[in-house]
Amino acid sequence: MKYSIIVLGAPYSSPSANTALNFTNALLSSGHTVFRVFFYHEGVQCANHLAAPPQDEINLPEQWQKLKAQHNLDLVACIAAGVKRGVLDQSEAKRHEKECSNLSQGFELSGLGQLVEATEQSDRVITFGP
Amino acid sequence: MREVSRKKIVVILSQSPYGGSLAREAIDYCLAAAAFEQDLQLIFTSDAVLQLLNDQQPQSIHQKNISKTLSALPIYGVDNFYVDQEALADLGLSEKDLCLPVSIVNANEMTELLANASHTLNF
Repeated sequence: MKYSIIVLGAPYSSPSANTALNFTNALLSSGHTVFRVFFYHEGVQCANHLAAPPQDEINLPEQWQKLKAQHNLDLVACIAAGVKRGVLDQSEAKRHEKECSNLSQGFELSGLGQLVEATEQSDRVITFGP
Repeated sequence: MREVSRKKIVVILSQSPYGGSLAREAIDYCLAAAAFEQDLQLIFTSDAVLQLLNDQQPQSIHQKNISKTLSALPIYGVDNFYVDQEALADLGLSEKDLCLPVSIVNANEMTELLANASHTLNF
């Protein structure tokens, strides 16, 4: 079955991102496809490359990247929610005249249309969080 | 891109209007989905019923009036608003306190709405 995942919670503030990661892992290992993971609301923090959790804690942005590398996942963070919370790619950083960007590699900043498309294209859409 | 048959999407709203930013972001999603001509139904449960209150004045807490944004939805063709009867009663409100025409639904009717949906999105 084709799934899409919505992550609404920030890593380390709620179990949302961690549970979504485990669920996505479980889906992929049981032979399902994941059309897209859409990070919205505080979930955009999962795409923050500058997050530096302690060594003995799970690095969620890194785990998502790893999953992307293994399964070519489509990881999309909402551009409006991201920019508002300081998660910017290079072009947004330039546009807002910021000195640096911090979007993790493997993530894409894009609009809510991507979430609309995910609901259109998927058999199941599961929301995690906030 | 739009070859797939039209799906019925139920959006379940449960957040208070100004307790966090999720209420507003949920409506932003609804507006985007409406702009893409999705078949949307909104169910207001729990504190989200407060999003529909008349005469909100959130300027003093530096917030934009959420009911104004909600009122834009019918312009985009979304006018299926359902309010959880129990939540409405818990908040001591009645239909006349609300800024949009809504259908008041009980638990069974909500179950039916969910059963008929292609997707439910929880905000």
